[in-house]
Amino acid sequence: MQKFQFKSIVRHGLLGSVIALYFSVIGMVEAFGSRDLFGEYLNLGHLLLFGGIIWSGFAVTTGRRKAGWLTNLVSATLAGAVAGVLPLLLVLANRQIELREVFVNVNPNLMSILTFERADTAGLLLLLGVSAAGGLLGGLYNILHARIRKAIGMSVTVTLLMAIFADLVIQVLSNVASRETTKLFYVGDSMKPAVAVVLFAALAALFYARQTLADKRATEGTVSTETKKAQLRTRIFQFVGFGIVLLIAPWVLGSFLSQVLFEIGRFVLLGLGLNIVVGYAGLLDLGYVAFFAFGAYTMGVLTTTGPLNPAPGLFNFWTALPIVVLVGVFFGVILGFPVLRMRGDYLAIVTLGFGEIIRILALSDWLAPIMGGAQGVLKIPNPVLFGVEFNSPERMYYLVLFGSLLAAFISIRLRDSRLGRQWMAMREDEDVAEAMGINLVQTKLLAFAIGAGFSALGGAIFAARLVNIFPHSFNLLISINALSLIIVGGLGSIPGVIVGAFVLVGLPELLREFTEYRLLMYGILLIVMMLNRPEGFIPAEIFKRELRAGEENPAPAKAEA
Amino acid sequence: MQKRTPLRISWLDLFLRAFQFVTAVVILIGLYNTFTAARYTSNQWATLVFAGLAQGSIYALIALGYTLVYGILLMINFAHGEVYMAGALSTVFLANYFARSGFLAESPFIAIVLMILFSAAISTVVALLLERIAYRPLRNAPRLIPLITAIGASFALQYTFRGFYGSEFRSYPTVEALRGIWNIFGFEVPIVQPVVFLSAVVLMLALYWYVERTKAGKAMRAVSENKDVARLMGIDIDKVIVTTFALGGALAGAAGVFNGLFRPQGVFFLMGFFPGIKAFTAAVLGGIGNIPGAMFGGLLLGLIESLGPNIILEGLGIPGTNQLKDGIAFTVLVLILIFRPQGIFGERLSETKA
Repeated sequence: MQKFQFKSIVRHGLLGSVIALYFSVIGMVEAFGSRDLFGEYLNLGHLLLFGGIIWSGFAVTTGRRKAGWLTNLVSATLAGAVAGVLPLLLVLANRQIELREVFVNVNPNLMSILTFERADTAGLLLLLGVSAAGGLLGGLYNILHARIRKAIGMSVTVTLLMAIFADLVIQVLSNVASRETTKLFYVGDSMKPAVAVVLFAALAALFYARQTLADKRATEGTVSTETKKAQLRTRIFQFVGFGIVLLIAPWVLGSFLSQVLFEIGRFVLLGLGLNIVVGYAGLLDLGYVAFFAFGAYTMGVLTTTGPLNPAPGLFNFWTALPIVVLVGVFFGVILGFPVLRMRGDYLAIVTLGFGEIIRILALSDWLAPIMGGAQGVLKIPNPVLFGVEFNSPERMYYLVLFGSLLAAFISIRLRDSRLGRQWMAMREDEDVAEAMGINLVQTKLLAFAIGAGFSALGGAIFAARLVNIFPHSFNLLISINALSLIIVGGLGSIPGVIVGAFVLVGLPELLREFTEYRLLMYGILLIVMMLNRPEGFIPAEIFKRELRAGEENPAPAKAEA
Repeated sequence: MQKRTPLRISWLDLFLRAFQFVTAVVILIGLYNTFTAARYTSNQWATLVFAGLAQGSIYALIALGYTLVYGILLMINFAHGEVYMAGALSTVFLANYFARSGFLAESPFIAIVLMILFSAAISTVVALLLERIAYRPLRNAPRLIPLITAIGASFALQYTFRGFYGSEFRSYPTVEALRGIWNIFGFEVPIVQPVVFLSAVVLMLALYWYVERTKAGKAMRAVSENKDVARLMGIDIDKVIVTTFALGGALAGAAGVFNGLFRPQGVFFLMGFFPGIKAFTAAVLGGIGNIPGAMFGGLLLGLIESLGPNIILEGLGIPGTNQLKDGIAFTVLVLILIFRPQGIFGERLSETKA
């Protein structure tokens, strides 16, 4: 009887179960449970809880089309039921002993989410039943015809996103239209269930039609043949459109979202700098925050109206800016010098050490007369340009936008220059690069210096935005953040940096429930990315070739590298 | 970069020599000033030395985990500090339970051994999960990739445990039997310090015996020498790697309990970061991949950290030296990696590995 693969069912079920249990015990289910997505029918916590369970139903039926739909559906249901077991045991165990004394997040609130607010056995059965249904759902999705599946998958995703980022949608809608229109679709920040159903149906129909059309075209073999000119024209249109969106963004999005955009921009700037060091030159720098701190502190000390300023009134933001960048470059070289001979992991840990030393020094009493110690640098004025003070998030956005565009431009030009090619050669193999006549000392120092310059620029803008800066703002997490975003986006890829910043910096700002679990998600994301997609979401060409070389066509890839 | 024509002196070498010289001069000035000023009595020095040794033995236990894994896989298990945290943080509940039930006061020895076993078990489980999920699939990937995974794992573990136990500090109970003061060579020393030190030494000797005298240890050494040849000799590489992670995890877990007994500040989910980095420093100090080196490096780092602020920094007239304590370990790390990356005992670390 080979019809049911019980081993696979139990294995996938337990895996889904462990995921569900994990999210429950660390408190994410409860924290996200306070956020209703569609009225009271579904909240974010449910999504998290049943995500793993639905996955187990999906996974158990993957690649088993031959087994027949009935067998598949039954296996999926069974897997879902198995996945419900561990959360069920958690509830049972918590009724016997007070787990909360150890696991702080196993609280009555979580219990009521897990048992659908029923304290009796019915709640337990409901949990098991809903889990089985979740598994069934996953299996059902998997056995659908590919075209329908795609349409449903896309529309579910879009509908969920519209509900999860309700804040964003509401803000934009009320800025573009009026506050009243948003009330047609949303109650508070949850989508009206009826609206969700209509939206889902409309999207599904749309995607289905599009897919059918595309399939038809593919079978007829009429591939749209655009001329080069037309392609160029569309490129220009896209470019101009993108530019206009960037320019008007803060006025459409309002103050809060402009602040989010500012944060994203700040990390784009940092990411672009780090991208030169890590992505192009292959030097894993974990102390990148040090240069950010140098930039912020130099800007702060030079322009503050407080007592720390050595030459009060001499500098404003714009005159201090070149000095800040030069200081960044200078320290890039100084800190780069000792680590020139290190590679890989050692470089990473030493630079991490540098970053921490800088933070500890900034915090110490020793350097307090210069850097302000634990009190930090206070009263840093906002920049003023032609009588316009950059005092609101909307205005600061333009500053950071300009900085990022400049950095992106420099990055692109550098990548295609002789220096960029030297960096990449060095990244691939230092010894060979040196044998080819590349001066390693100079090339490495330039990478550190330019990366540090970008970072210092970001720090300067950060200081001018915040008005007061404190040593604890410059901790390791900034380095990790910047590193995560360039890795998630794709090492060495400039669009990757931007996408990475939006995903890793922008999304958590929008999901307030997320804040507490942000770093957890970063960690998991880094692992998952490295395991499944080490080249990032938008990979740079060269990395794609390198990492996928062994899988497809090893010989030509080797020849190119 | 090794063989240059004798006529060309590299600027880099010149710079590094100058830097080396300046560092040495600064340290000597600090030492000279401190000793001529005679600011501390010999009893105070002894206190610092014993505290440093106890702290150093904790670093040494964690450092062994780095060194063992590095010896086998040539990778830095960046998340090892979190393995230590996992054991220490989980055991605090058991310790407090023992204290409430009176078991700890009745038979402190058995209770502490149980705590160590529990902590070692938790840390081992975490280390094995780490190996299985995060490192094993990446064994043949480019070197940057497992390192990034390790950083990710480090954060994931920290915040997972925060999710489990919350973010507040939790203290280990005080053990009455360890509260007194011993008189060693005429110096008064809190009992807990020599106890921690000696227990750690016992564990280290046990590890040394395991690696040098047992068949499994022999297999480990063979794998670290050459994986392919070891495989040809019929050694199960996966098993050896798993054993290595388990050993490192168990030692880190034990270190977690020692830390809890020794330092009253309490434990929390970020506690692994600094000891992790410092233990790594210790491993590098002794020569990474070298087991006695890690033990010695740990003790030395403990001493440097305990004496350094008073002996060098104060001599240089820097105020608030204790704030800079964490910086000392990093400075040692940077200096040792610049000037002697193979560590004190290490010969094996050639530039191809660094």
